[in-house]
Amino acid sequence: MNPLVLWFHKLGSPPYFYRFAGRWLPWLYALALIAGAAGFYGALFAAPADYQQGDSFRIMYVHVPCAWMGLFAYLFMAANGFVGLVWRIKLSETLAMASAPVGAAFTFITLVTGSLWGKPTWGTWWTWDARLTSELVLLFLYFGVIGLYHAIEDRRQAARAAAFLALVGIVNLPIVHYSVIWWNTLHQAQTVSLVGPSKIAPSMLWPLLTLAFATHVYFFASVLARSRVALLELESGKDWVRTLLPATETLHD
Amino acid sequence: MTDFFAMHGYAAYVWPSYALFAVVLLADALAPVFARRRVMHDLARRVRRAASRKTP
Repeated sequence: MNPLVLWFHKLGSPPYFYRFAGRWLPWLYALALIAGAAGFYGALFAAPADYQQGDSFRIMYVHVPCAWMGLFAYLFMAANGFVGLVWRIKLSETLAMASAPVGAAFTFITLVTGSLWGKPTWGTWWTWDARLTSELVLLFLYFGVIGLYHAIEDRRQAARAAAFLALVGIVNLPIVHYSVIWWNTLHQAQTVSLVGPSKIAPSMLWPLLTLAFATHVYFFASVLARSRVALLELESGKDWVRTLLPATETLHD
Repeated sequence: MTDFFAMHGYAAYVWPSYALFAVVLLADALAPVFARRRVMHDLARRVRRAASRKTP
């Protein structure tokens, strides 16, 4: 077999994944921290104040990367949920369920920081603008997935039911993304584009991209850490988990 | 420096945003640490109980 395919199959085995993730975790946390520090230096010191918004635009450096992560985490969760539903791969179910709380955290930050920016800029904490409303629906979808997962006793059945809900909720992603184009209400349209030039000065752009990178790395670190714990719980009857227990505890009385 | 902390009048909006980001992600990073402690603790207790059942 192709070595890459072989590695992919091996990765699906919980003990192998547990060790693999454990090796990578410290490096991912360190990389996220360094990139995050560089990004925040750029966001707070290097970037000049906006000519219209003044210093309030610096909220954007927290708001936008988190908003991107809220969508990215949902896609990652739904993709893994799909693989888990179709091929019944335990690791995919675990990864999908591990990304839900992280995505919810990012979406929550997006909503609150958006509110903190909206007050001085728009003059209101909240309005039922299309982007704001669909982002709130995204947070509720995360809550739905997390709630459903914890409402069902059997862990694997719970993961499959929650993965199905995550797949249905995917319909909200294009609505969040295109809401600023489809409905011309209050939230501004996108400034940074993957295709074509971004409408932002380079000195303002690089901190944003650095923070976007940092939050992506952090997301994977958090998902790996959560998945490791979930696998320990899921496989607690297996020998490989038993060997992880400290010897003194197993020999106790 | 005071100018920097004042954010030209936007301090009340900028700093809470950055603080929220830090606090929420710190809580997110600590959650698996505590969860792991709980799982290992439960598991050790189950193993101990099973061992004490075998030796009357």
